[in-house]
Amino acid sequence: MRIGFSLGRLRALLGKETIQMRRDRLTFAMMLGVPLVQLMLFGFAINTDPKELPAALVAPTQDRFTRAMVSALELTGYYRFVAPDATAGEAEVMIARGDVSFVVTVPSDFGRRIERGDTAQMLIEADATDPSVASGAISTLSTVAASALASEAGRPPAAAPVEIVVHRRYNPEGITQYNIVPALLGVILQLTMVMMTSMALTREIERGTMENLLSMPATPLEIMLGKVLPYLAVGAVQVVVVLLAARVLFGIPLVGSLSLILGGVFLFVLALVILGYLISTVSRTQMQAMQVTFFFFLPSLMLSGFMFPFRGMPTWAQWLGEIFPLTHFLRLIRSVMLKGATAAEVADSLAALTLFVLGFALVALFRFRRTLD
Amino acid sequence: MSEPAISVSGLTKRFGARTVVDAVTLAVARGEIMGFLGPNGSGKTTTIRMMCGLLEPDEGEGRVLGLDIRRERGAIKRRVGYMTQKFSFYEDLTIEENLRFVAGLYGMSPVNAAVRDTLEDLGLTSRRDQLAGKLSGGWKQRLALAACVMHKPDLLMLDEPTAGVDPKARREFWDEIHRLAQGGLTVLVSTHYMDEAERCHRIAYISYGHLIAQGSVAEVVRDAGLTTMVLTGPGTAAAAQRLKGAPGVDQIAPFGATLHVVGKDGAALARTVAEVARATGCKAEPAETSLEDVFIQLMGTSTDNMA
Repeated sequence: MRIGFSLGRLRALLGKETIQMRRDRLTFAMMLGVPLVQLMLFGFAINTDPKELPAALVAPTQDRFTRAMVSALELTGYYRFVAPDATAGEAEVMIARGDVSFVVTVPSDFGRRIERGDTAQMLIEADATDPSVASGAISTLSTVAASALASEAGRPPAAAPVEIVVHRRYNPEGITQYNIVPALLGVILQLTMVMMTSMALTREIERGTMENLLSMPATPLEIMLGKVLPYLAVGAVQVVVVLLAARVLFGIPLVGSLSLILGGVFLFVLALVILGYLISTVSRTQMQAMQVTFFFFLPSLMLSGFMFPFRGMPTWAQWLGEIFPLTHFLRLIRSVMLKGATAAEVADSLAALTLFVLGFALVALFRFRRTLD
Repeated sequence: MSEPAISVSGLTKRFGARTVVDAVTLAVARGEIMGFLGPNGSGKTTTIRMMCGLLEPDEGEGRVLGLDIRRERGAIKRRVGYMTQKFSFYEDLTIEENLRFVAGLYGMSPVNAAVRDTLEDLGLTSRRDQLAGKLSGGWKQRLALAACVMHKPDLLMLDEPTAGVDPKARREFWDEIHRLAQGGLTVLVSTHYMDEAERCHRIAYISYGHLIAQGSVAEVVRDAGLTTMVLTGPGTAAAAQRLKGAPGVDQIAPFGATLHVVGKDGAALARTVAEVARATGCKAEPAETSLEDVFIQLMGTSTDNMA
């Protein structure tokens, strides 16, 4: 027997593979399109030194010194005052909900003290659930403040004209795990739930059992529920494991209500399994289902606020981020676990997740083919 | 007994530009075993799928068990048993689990009793924990049939149920079909095998999407109006050469040492065969036309629109 290498045989094999690759249009499009789309998307959206983060200003007397401070802060590029005239109570709600990343409080005697040459105080509270949000914005503070006031007062500053008090709220030590571990629950759930259920129908089709299933009296709703509900149980196990690990291994505090967290997780997992099922109604093979899942997975990881601060992305990327259930889940779990947010404060996220559940289910039922057409 | 089990007319199905089933009109009486014949890709499976609600016809209408095939698909599914061409039960479930699943979907109660009875009828009670995927072809077929008739359907549609099954299992399968038909069940069964066609009460022949013959086997053979001659003797090979394309000759098929010659024009065929027999020293005599001869003839005359 001769063991040789034949160019003719290799050519035959290469030819066959090329034809098969060309016939599988979706794979081909994905190979060419996905890198391009993701490069553009992430290249422009991702920002590890987030700027223009939303801030609220609590300043009962808006005198010239206050205005000078505010414009100086805005000039650093890190702050964008979305609520320039908030009360302390309003600001508290905003930071708890995650609408703003900073609350800047200028006390009413701020200007008087400066004019007298006393040391004035101002308070900057940063939402430190994501430590990277706070770092850049805070590190530039003292120099900015000193020069701003100097020019406004028209004389060189006293030794320490302004004392800036910084509160890193919710995560005073800036521990990254506080931010990452609760979010990982969402990411882990998303990966497993969507992937498993995206195979639901394609597996039946590939094994040839779909024809039989359709010839028997089961309605689309029954088939969908039968396919996705078992994974709720799988999800429940994952939730228990991750929450226990968060508590025991990482010492993540659980400030808010456990039942609110579980309610949110339930909605999120339901949205995910139905999304997976939806993917399986539009895919023809398991391979396609897998590709679509990954095409969905990467942007949701990048644009949901898991890896990079959500508020630090350009506005268009934030809008895009809103279409991922993960975005809303991350807001919810971080708010409730770390900030102790109440149901009312996370109502938006709960509503968004409910909408996802209903929307995905409707589209999936509509897309489900009752016949083999 | 008044209303037929199946009565469809003008059924048409297109996949893209290809018309796979073209205006098929078919009627099957209750309690009848109807054989559905035709070459590969002739539209048998598509026709069956349209009748049991798995495909939406592009044109045509019809009733199955008195139910509209477009509007009452759900009701049809509950009263029809459909056995797919490829084994389509769950190979990673055991025999019993598969039956339990089917019984549950049809809402049979109590499920346990139904499954137990079916297992007993099948003679599979001792093997009920075996995975369906591990069964041999013949057993898979028996399991599939049992699962299809479990909910006591009024109509059974079987799509090439005996493909890849050995002759003994086939024989038993057909005995079972006849037993079920005696119980009042209507059966539509598609097949390639001529011996199976002859076990049907009536047959319908479809070719390239057109229904081109239906009736009992004798009627189909008679309606074809073919004449068959058999040549015997040492010179059949030479005779076959000479007969090719000769006037009146449509088919030449060697059967062992004999040669079957079939033609539509009986007189021309007889003349040609007598001539060739004389020249090659063969003996020629008239014979019965077989169903297979008819089908080969039908296949040759209907046009191929698949290309």
